[in-house]
Amino acid sequence: MIAQVKQGSESYDWPDARGHFGPYGGVFVSETLMHAIGELRDAYQHYIKDPAFLSELDLDLKHYVGRPSPIYHAARLSRVVGGAQIYLKREDLNHTGAHKVNNTVGQALLAQRMGKTRIIAETGAGQHGVATATVAARLGLECVVYMGSVDVARQAQNVYRMNLLGAKVVPVESGSKTLKDALNEAMRDWVTNIDNTFYIIGTVAGPHPYPAMVRDFQAIIGRESKQQMQELTGRLPDHLVACVGGGSNAIGLFYPFIKDAQVAMHGVEAAGDGIATGRHSAPLTAGRPGVLHGNRTYLMEDDDGEIIETHSISAGLDYPGVGPEHAWLKDIGRANYVSITDQEALHAFHTLTEKEGIIPALESSHAVAYGMKLASTLSSEQTVLINLSGRGDKDMKTVADWEGKPL
Amino acid sequence: MSRLSATFASLKANHRKALIPFITAGDPTPGFTVPLLHAMVAAGADIIELGVPFSDPMADGPVIQKASERSLAHHTSLRKVLNMVAEFRQTDKATPIVLMGYLNPIEAMGYAAFVERAKAVDVDGVITVDMPPEEAGDLLPLLQAAGIDPVFLLAPTSTPERVRKVDAVGSGYVYYVSLKGVTGAGNLDLDDVEARLAGIRLNTQLPLGVGFGIKNAETAAQIAKLADAVVVGSALIELIEQHCAPVEPALEEQALSDLICRMLRDMRSAMDTI
Repeated sequence: MIAQVKQGSESYDWPDARGHFGPYGGVFVSETLMHAIGELRDAYQHYIKDPAFLSELDLDLKHYVGRPSPIYHAARLSRVVGGAQIYLKREDLNHTGAHKVNNTVGQALLAQRMGKTRIIAETGAGQHGVATATVAARLGLECVVYMGSVDVARQAQNVYRMNLLGAKVVPVESGSKTLKDALNEAMRDWVTNIDNTFYIIGTVAGPHPYPAMVRDFQAIIGRESKQQMQELTGRLPDHLVACVGGGSNAIGLFYPFIKDAQVAMHGVEAAGDGIATGRHSAPLTAGRPGVLHGNRTYLMEDDDGEIIETHSISAGLDYPGVGPEHAWLKDIGRANYVSITDQEALHAFHTLTEKEGIIPALESSHAVAYGMKLASTLSSEQTVLINLSGRGDKDMKTVADWEGKPL
Repeated sequence: MSRLSATFASLKANHRKALIPFITAGDPTPGFTVPLLHAMVAAGADIIELGVPFSDPMADGPVIQKASERSLAHHTSLRKVLNMVAEFRQTDKATPIVLMGYLNPIEAMGYAAFVERAKAVDVDGVITVDMPPEEAGDLLPLLQAAGIDPVFLLAPTSTPERVRKVDAVGSGYVYYVSLKGVTGAGNLDLDDVEARLAGIRLNTQLPLGVGFGIKNAETAAQIAKLADAVVVGSALIELIEQHCAPVEPALEEQALSDLICRMLRDMRSAMDTI
């Protein structure tokens, strides 16, 4: 399946050889990391064309992750919204409950091929940490997960899950003590333990080859969707909708459709308390280009170029940067980027739960909220495919706390 | 000849090695920095690396991270650091100043505006930790046209090809990071450093500075035998961390500055007696 990665995108050929998407992306890291990044790039480029690697990956995706994930026609929700037909790509049904595992399965196999015995990862809400600890347990690899101490406190259940899976969770006390600081700390670990350690980044950000590699592992979402929507509706969807923090589930859905100009693509950022309040996580909507975490992309920063704190009810979207390919898709006008507030996301969370019996993750609720808004403006012959990137089990406490209901 | 090149040439003629202290501008307070720069020159510093604080110092260990945080608590921006250099230059026109930091503050200010101001206040060199030669294409020509040396890093993992790449675009000196890891980490393996420097010298004539892992006069002297310059950062900044508020009892700024300069003087004399 991965062998078809480039299918449908012949004229869109990014990144270039040095990892740039137009002015974005690249390799902005210290010299101390350049060698390891070169090694990773070479190994990735080799194995992504290696039939034995790809067939092992396909088997894992089928038997371990549970792919293909279904597409569900949310007929009742569509009627309630009153407009286009809403379809959901059910990444929430994957093993570990989100799309994150598509990528960690791929990178862990690569780590094994490269002879690395130790895995590190950063995590915000803990979903990527859990997905990484999961594959590390299965392959018998040592696993260390960096997590901001603020997130450790608010995501205690995921910390416990990672511990059960045999991973060591290291609370990060520097900076804002959240996802971006966890990423800084993981980079520091990598540079120190470069000989035996593989760093599994959870999103389409970081230095090249990460944005391209994570995209290629996540593009299974879009490839399946293309085929499934043909089977279900006889044609491609009119609109794709996905939430964007770093942007891996969105790129995974979008990428195989990029060359299909008739398919509109909408990335949904977290507007938090509202863009005007400044308390949000929407760099594409309200940030500007800069360099952070190894790549050039849109960032949330102050006038002096210091990274500012972000806010979202959804920890998985609470990040001041965004994958460089999204920055480029925005600039060339191929994808449309919008934002949804905490309140709107919560409303969508309840609506989908009540109307369809599907509890979405708070991250995915942002996509659901925009998808509903969009569908209401369209005719009933049109279709909107929303990437339901994760399930909401992990968010019970956050929602109950937010609404003042004791668990 | 740039002020950096002239400094290295004159040191070489006198059979001396350069002592390069690194401090983060604005740590622990903005007012502390310029007087400290002058005091460090008096204590034997040949060149100064002045750190520009950044919110996300990915390549730095805890000591320099905290220095950045102390400085940013006072909103020390790149523009303010450039003003500090201007103030320093009012009475010291001889000592080279090399700014060291991350790319994003420079991106935010704008490459052209930054280089123009850096030239105006007489900055001698710029080290941008997260800008390897491959990504330096837009900033390099501006720096070179302004006569500011772009200084690049090399690491134990740098291949001969990478050394040649740095030699092709860098000037002033090369900063060899002697340890795998972040600033302030671990202990030096002198035999390894010696072998690596010999390898690097096959591919560049630039002076070689060594940083990471230099903790006291003894290691400074040992490195001075092998390299053209000794860079000391975390060891000095640790003194600030241990003796500035809110640590009790915090030292007066003058006493703190004296403590830093005492360490530099010890290093200087150890390096001069090798």
